[in-house]
Amino acid sequence: MLAKRIIPCLDVRNGKVVKGVNFEGIKDVGDPVELAVEYNKQGADEIVFYDITASYEGRGVMLDVVRRTARQVFVPLCVGGGIGSVDDFREVLRAGADKVSVNSQAVKNPKLISDAAEIFGSQCVVVGIDAKRNGKGGYSVYINGGRVDMGLDLGDWVKEISERGAGEICLNSIDTDGVRGGFDIDMLNFVCERVNIPVIASGGCGKLEHFSEVFEKTNSSAALAASLFHFKELTVGEVKRHLKEHNIPAR
Amino acid sequence: MTAIIDYGAGNLFSVKNALDYLGIENIITKNADDLRNADRLILPGVGAFPDAMRMLSESGLVGVIKEEAVKKPLLGICLGMQMLFEKGYEFEETKGLGLIKGSVKLMTPKDLPIPHIGWNELVLNNSCGLLKKGGEYVYFVHSYAADCPSENVSAYCDYGMKVPALVFSGNVYGAQFHPEKSGEAGLEILKKFAAL
Repeated sequence: MLAKRIIPCLDVRNGKVVKGVNFEGIKDVGDPVELAVEYNKQGADEIVFYDITASYEGRGVMLDVVRRTARQVFVPLCVGGGIGSVDDFREVLRAGADKVSVNSQAVKNPKLISDAAEIFGSQCVVVGIDAKRNGKGGYSVYINGGRVDMGLDLGDWVKEISERGAGEICLNSIDTDGVRGGFDIDMLNFVCERVNIPVIASGGCGKLEHFSEVFEKTNSSAALAASLFHFKELTVGEVKRHLKEHNIPAR
Repeated sequence: MTAIIDYGAGNLFSVKNALDYLGIENIITKNADDLRNADRLILPGVGAFPDAMRMLSESGLVGVIKEEAVKKPLLGICLGMQMLFEKGYEFEETKGLGLIKGSVKLMTPKDLPIPHIGWNELVLNNSCGLLKKGGEYVYFVHSYAADCPSENVSAYCDYGMKVPALVFSGNVYGAQFHPEKSGEAGLEILKKFAAL
């Protein structure tokens, strides 16, 4: 049976891991390579580096982080942030990433998804989505770190993503991100019902029970978390043990 | 010395990183003499069966791989594993290396997405030089799977169907999963391969 995955996410700025709440109030929490090694020891099923540096120099630093991590961590590595072209995909994959996550740029240019899937394979194309309730019973897609409403319906967007050959969707709920009240069960079910590709739950976990809840109440394939792990409130190992106690398949 | 065969379609650097980490001497090469001089061979592969077989043929290494596979251990990984079989049916029927009996077909799991991506559990079928027990979770990314005699399957995994995960025949081994991306369990398998 396929295991449910637990994925620590490292937001990296200028070679340092940082964590903000609701995309603001950013704190510095450490060295990305050291943290990746530590999460690997704890049993992380995959590690995500999210590059929040918007500069050319920052990109070089990020690639170096990926290269150094790939020499000592032997689980899939995913890199996102500022990926806007097939060449960006190639550069990140060459540095040792196994998957690439696109978000705002895919909304602006959806063809990027199909182009990358055709060249590198669907398995390495992850589409990240920041979405929020629109007050009319639906959800809207936001870009630029959750700041800009694109007036794009979440249901339409996930169908397009899937048709264009994305391998996975990483769904971050702006409504629950940083609030620590649990993953956004309703939004995840809304997406899981509409696509047949793996969905990664992101945003909102604050305690152990939120992990069993998301797998018991949704068809999500994986759960992603950042600050819980960074601030050592929980280890990946504790989450895995908790899942097994709830008879949820975990590695 | 372990030779990682470079024919233009592979996850070469991930495999090299893992071998380097384990202190296993290795070389990425497209030179036939390197394959003849090596103690063991690794055939990686990512992409589609027909393209990869074409690239392998164009590299001129098919003959030497077949000769050396009789004399020394060979490990195919992912598409590299699939190419060890007699035939593949991805897009069109394509001849494989024919080192293990069987063919490679599109997976047909009930109600489950394709590709099969993620960590799945190895279920022991026959113990072999690389696996004695089973029960480990390893990382898979594939849409096609081997259809081969049970005697050549060391371990299956369950994905709505029995998927051959680790296969073997004589000196020849094939992992459908990525040992270089499977954490400690994968490194253990590479270590065992290097000790054959």
